[in-house]
Amino acid sequence: MVVITDIAVQGTQMALVLLISPLLTGLVRKLKARLVRRQGPSVFQPYRDLLRLLRKEVVLAENASWLFRVAPYLIFAATWVAAALVPTFATGLVFSWSADLIAIIALLGSARFFLALAGLDIGTSFGGIGSSREMLIGTLAEPAMIMIVFTLALIAGSTQLSTMADYMLSPAVGLRVSLGLALIALIMVAIAENARIPIDNPATHLELTMVHEAMVLEYSGRHLAMIELAAALKLQLYLSLIACLFAPWGLARDGEGLAAYAIGIGAFVLKLAVGGLLLALFETSIAKMRVFRVPEFLGAALMLGLLGTLLLFVSKSL
Amino acid sequence: MPPVAGLGCVAGLLGVAVLAVLLGRSRAGTPFVYGACLVISAIACANAFLRIGADPWAITLPLGLPWLGAHFRIDALAAFFLIVVNLGGAAASLYSIGYGRHESAPLRVLPFFPVFLAGMNLVVLADDAFSFLLAWEFMSLSSWALVMAHHQDEENRRAGYIYLVMASFGTLCLLLAFGLLAGPEGGYAFASIRAAVPSPTLAALVLILTLVGAGSKAGLVPLHVWLPLAHPAAPSPVSALMSGVMTKVAVYGFLRILFDLIGPPVWWWSVLVIALGGLSAVMGVLYAMMQQDLKRLLAYSTVENIGIIFIGIGLALAFRANAMEWAAALAITAALLHVLNHMLFKSLLFFGAGAVLSATGLRDIEQLGGLIRRMPITSFAFLVGSAAISALPPLNGFVSEWLTFQAILLSPEIPQWGLKLMIPAVGGLLALSATLAGACFVRAFGITFLGRPRAPAAETAKEVDRFSLVAMIALALCCLLPGILPGLVIDFIGPIVKQLVGGAMPRQEEVAWLSIVPIAESRSSYNGLLVFLFIALSTSITVLGIHRLASRAVRRSAAWDCGFPLASPFTQYSGSSFAQPIRRVFGSLVFQAREKIDMPPPGDTRPARLQVTVSDLIWEFFYAHVADAVMAAADRLNHLQFLTIRKYLSLVFVALIFLLLVLAIWS
Repeated sequence: MVVITDIAVQGTQMALVLLISPLLTGLVRKLKARLVRRQGPSVFQPYRDLLRLLRKEVVLAENASWLFRVAPYLIFAATWVAAALVPTFATGLVFSWSADLIAIIALLGSARFFLALAGLDIGTSFGGIGSSREMLIGTLAEPAMIMIVFTLALIAGSTQLSTMADYMLSPAVGLRVSLGLALIALIMVAIAENARIPIDNPATHLELTMVHEAMVLEYSGRHLAMIELAAALKLQLYLSLIACLFAPWGLARDGEGLAAYAIGIGAFVLKLAVGGLLLALFETSIAKMRVFRVPEFLGAALMLGLLGTLLLFVSKSL
Repeated sequence: MPPVAGLGCVAGLLGVAVLAVLLGRSRAGTPFVYGACLVISAIACANAFLRIGADPWAITLPLGLPWLGAHFRIDALAAFFLIVVNLGGAAASLYSIGYGRHESAPLRVLPFFPVFLAGMNLVVLADDAFSFLLAWEFMSLSSWALVMAHHQDEENRRAGYIYLVMASFGTLCLLLAFGLLAGPEGGYAFASIRAAVPSPTLAALVLILTLVGAGSKAGLVPLHVWLPLAHPAAPSPVSALMSGVMTKVAVYGFLRILFDLIGPPVWWWSVLVIALGGLSAVMGVLYAMMQQDLKRLLAYSTVENIGIIFIGIGLALAFRANAMEWAAALAITAALLHVLNHMLFKSLLFFGAGAVLSATGLRDIEQLGGLIRRMPITSFAFLVGSAAISALPPLNGFVSEWLTFQAILLSPEIPQWGLKLMIPAVGGLLALSATLAGACFVRAFGITFLGRPRAPAAETAKEVDRFSLVAMIALALCCLLPGILPGLVIDFIGPIVKQLVGGAMPRQEEVAWLSIVPIAESRSSYNGLLVFLFIALSTSITVLGIHRLASRAVRRSAAWDCGFPLASPFTQYSGSSFAQPIRRVFGSLVFQAREKIDMPPPGDTRPARLQVTVSDLIWEFFYAHVADAVMAAADRLNHLQFLTIRKYLSLVFVALIFLLLVLAIWS
């Protein structure tokens, strides 16, 4: 019986992240449009876009290789598996021990690896520019993320997300400087990883400023749908990660019954909405930065993470 | 199988070398020699496999120094490294059966190949300082001969020269280290060295000498300069052996001295090892990122991986010095696992580079491109290797880096402040090197195998022979298996860990679902098998679902590229343009990258030029000066060559008096 509930919870989680992530993207777009006094498309527009793309035929470049056709599915699968392991409405997911936070980051790294390769496959200059810049951003964002994980893991005594979230819910946490540093660094990394302003502009198609869009320029039809869905999942993943670590309220614990799960889902949707609003506000109020300012931005995140870890290393002996 | 088979295999390899001299000119020579090497390596590997959990086995042969004899011993540590050596040797032999056919001068390769394998086996088998150093030199010199196989090339001759100088210097350091360990009585057998406890100063000296001696062979920064020159100069399977296997023999030498012979460690030793490891990891991969020569890129990435291994070893030293055996077990497991993993994927990648070289005659990635369409199997294998070396789950590289991260997370318990402040920074360096490796191999694979061909040779390339393909596919499978079943490998190397640090990781076979748990399940766990299955399942469900329910129509058309028609292949991103952002971020600091732009004024029709200079700072600031000093000293001493016999005799006499005086004052 316990096994069945566990698997049901895990299944719900997988379905939930998949179904809700386009809504989050739509919400952010709508909010951004409203903030600049435009009407904006409906919040459900991403679903329509995805369905339309799925039904269309794929137009492949003549020299596209098998890797180009396989990559979208791999990217989607890796991102989906990663998103399914971040607690959204309940901790103690049955498969959460199969990959800890470091492995989740590495899964996203795999998705990035294949996306950058796909950008190089056709041999266009835009694909190359996108891949090259994406790898630069990834090279700086991932170490920063690992340092954040170190900070959090040293506080919670675990790299297991469920355990970390449980610890954050317990009164043992308290207010810590390291936690604050980690939160700021995590937000910076999340912005960079999701190609948001000021690092990259998800809405741009101005050639020289594209990063993410440049890599996927040659994709169409169902392949493009997979990549867009993966991008939406990734945004949702980072928001739930921030929520489960720094605002774990409402998370259902292991075996607390249906009511707790319902509350958990409600709280999760609410947190995503708040996160989306904050993201839209932030993006509207700031200008995009030059590509070569990005290392400074991410370098700051890395230093914050390192500082957080160092503080913990030092304070352990005091 | 009797344990003496290990020595039998060495004798067999030497016999094959003699036969190779005789058979080298005939057509059957190449397949015979490599086939024999394959069989012997496989037997040696199986023999080592059986020895890993068994009691140590030792034998003394009446060879070498008359009062010492030649001691050989196989304990768990030696058995593990014998597996690494012979597995790599078997794979390289299999690959060479096909690759060796393209060799222009087989007699320059065939006899030395088995000798090189025999030398590496002997280093691991040796149980006294004399045999160890003899085998070490054997290994160095035979690999030097292989580096010089294509000596017509000026660059290869230079590589061979620098390699020879660095190898002799390294051996000299090891010789002094063993001399200090053996003490004035000259107890050169490892058993008597183990029994003696050196004084702290002596131990520190031995540590530094070992770090220089073994570190220069392994390619630790700043002793790495020969490695990116010599490894690519050799024929590709030998490059694979040198990068994948010989550097591991150096790691073996380091482990043997530091964990077995020298006695209990002091905490500050680990500071040196960890710092050099972190430096190597980042510098190696940054240099790799800048290379245009595919094989040199791989050689620099070896420097990076050696750095990761030394970080693990250093952490194990630090934990061991603080009597935290359980944590030391985790760190050393991570290091040993990375030894195995790096052997697997680096051999695979060098085989891939060799396949590209034999198919196109090119090593310069700026002229390649589009090979995925002409060489599908090679490119698939190279892709697996690239993903594994970039530490992507569920492949094997990720497991060892993940374990190293877990070991770092245990280090706040260490009481010393020096380590406390350094280890988090090294953790950051490790993370940076892992992600830079990802960027580096996206570049290596993407520019070489994807895109459009940049040179006619890349356009007409053909898939390589079957032996090479089988070797590559086998290694690609070997990269996947430890990645999805890491628990089995960790349990397997348990006895070695026990021997080295006295502690052990929890038994992994008792953990449900084949996950791995370094300390406790609530703390961290990883299950490669499930991650693999999840990705495979969700990929296939998505593909099936979309193809069934939505659309599966495909239309081929010209590339979009924002409406530009595809121009010449040279408008693609090249390797150096791909690396440009990273060069700009790290370049001015690490390798003084300078870009010189020559833009003609309007109306002038001469082409614009962009010139990029990247230099190896360590070479310029250290080795160039040392070389200058040596040359200057040689010039000064040159007149000693033209003295009369009387002056020479008086010089000998003065030297004798001086040494006798030293001896008299000393005692």
